[in-house]
Amino acid sequence: MTDISEAFVTALHLLVSFDPNLIEIVGLSLRVSLSAVALAVLIGLPVGAALALFKFPGKNAIVVFVNALMGLPPVVVGLVVYLMLSRAGPLGVFGLLFTPGAMIAAQAILVTPIVAALTRQVVADLWVEYSEQMRSMGAGPVSAIPALLYDARFTLVTAILAGFGRASAEVGAVMIVGGNIDHVTRVMTTAIALEVSKGDLALALGLGIVLITISLGINAATYTVKQRAEAVWT
Amino acid sequence: MFKFKTLFIAAILALSLGTAHAADKFITVASTTSTANSGLFDFLLPKFTDKTGIEVRVVAVGTGKAIKLAQNGDADVLFVHHKPSEEKFVKEGFGVKRSDVMYNDFVMVGPKSDPAGIKGMKKAGEALKKIASSNSPFASRGDNSGTNKKELELWKGAGIDPTGAGNKWYSATGSGMGATLNVASGMNAYSLTDRATWLKFKNKGDLAILVEGDPVLFNQYGIILVNPKKHAHVKTELGQTFIDWVIGKEGQKLINEYQILGNQAFFANAQPGT
Repeated sequence: MTDISEAFVTALHLLVSFDPNLIEIVGLSLRVSLSAVALAVLIGLPVGAALALFKFPGKNAIVVFVNALMGLPPVVVGLVVYLMLSRAGPLGVFGLLFTPGAMIAAQAILVTPIVAALTRQVVADLWVEYSEQMRSMGAGPVSAIPALLYDARFTLVTAILAGFGRASAEVGAVMIVGGNIDHVTRVMTTAIALEVSKGDLALALGLGIVLITISLGINAATYTVKQRAEAVWT
Repeated sequence: MFKFKTLFIAAILALSLGTAHAADKFITVASTTSTANSGLFDFLLPKFTDKTGIEVRVVAVGTGKAIKLAQNGDADVLFVHHKPSEEKFVKEGFGVKRSDVMYNDFVMVGPKSDPAGIKGMKKAGEALKKIASSNSPFASRGDNSGTNKKELELWKGAGIDPTGAGNKWYSATGSGMGATLNVASGMNAYSLTDRATWLKFKNKGDLAILVEGDPVLFNQYGIILVNPKKHAHVKTELGQTFIDWVIGKEGQKLINEYQILGNQAFFANAQPGT
């Protein structure tokens, strides 16, 4: 019990004192996870929409496959990215291992299927509703993609937030490809894992509370913006 | 729509630009959790960086994994604690040369109530026999680290194979020293740990040091430059500068000065001229 109450005091202290180390770690966490989500959105939105609108052989299998990839174990993704980026691996010459770039790549792999799968579902539902109307206006699936994505934008925000949640919460992948190097690749989750391994449970939990607070802040900000935008545009 | 896309691309570019500006002069050191978690690196490395301008990036994992990283060329310098594995690493051509750096010792910790009755014993092997014969819980690293290898050597020396399926008292946690001590603390189990990690560990609970001082518990650390003949990108010059500093006068003096709660944590023992 003492650990838990101590953790809240530690968290409060960390937040109020603007600890420079903590700011650095939080900054890197946000940079890595937001970059990964941005990449995942660039790939996942069009892929998800295409999966919803086009008919082709093996489509059902691919849909099931993408849905299943939402459950990718981070530690396995980390291992695969490590093997690719290691000096002994095929992409080793670029020297990307143990850099934020490697962490972004690993998290993008984790998040893309989430964005793609949820986008596919949202767009497929809209297409059922609007396909006749759009076809009568002479719009086929290709030209319908931007319109449908635009129409679904408020729902897609939730899909993107789900992806961000996945990225900011995972530790397995960034630990392996980042190496948890102080001032270089240490993010919130790997810092928490490190403090647990030092037996400093109060500090670890304190950092955890900070992470949850930040996540809450991001979600609250997004929700507010979304509400305002919906009020203006609908 | 176009505005959204341009915004996204601009955001990614802005975010990834920040990645490139880290220090140019840095080396990557694959090391063990004990050297990092004990706080030694936090004490030592800034002084080296101040003097030379070389940033040292430490990836702290178990000795087994650290060696694997170095074999793959993902580190410039290897700084670990299991002499037989280190010598094998050099012999196989992955490392240039191995130098002694420092030592400390392993200790056996366990619950103060001491159900196996090993407190104060002078022979670690005899203590393990008592733990096994009394089926007292024992938490092992089980992660192929230097500490884990030492522990398995001790069991072997005692003529016991604790890893058999029937031994419910023996838990291989498959994780780092701190995580294993958290397990030991949670289930009041015995465990083997290096002294520095133990001193720094905060979640001791009801555990205390019960057996120490047996010569077999000696824990030697060594440092090796990864062989540029195997991996051409290894930063030979910067790596060698670091090694020379650690085993040189200044590094050795600082290692001896580092204390945890008033206890000297490591004892420098590099041999000059090697």
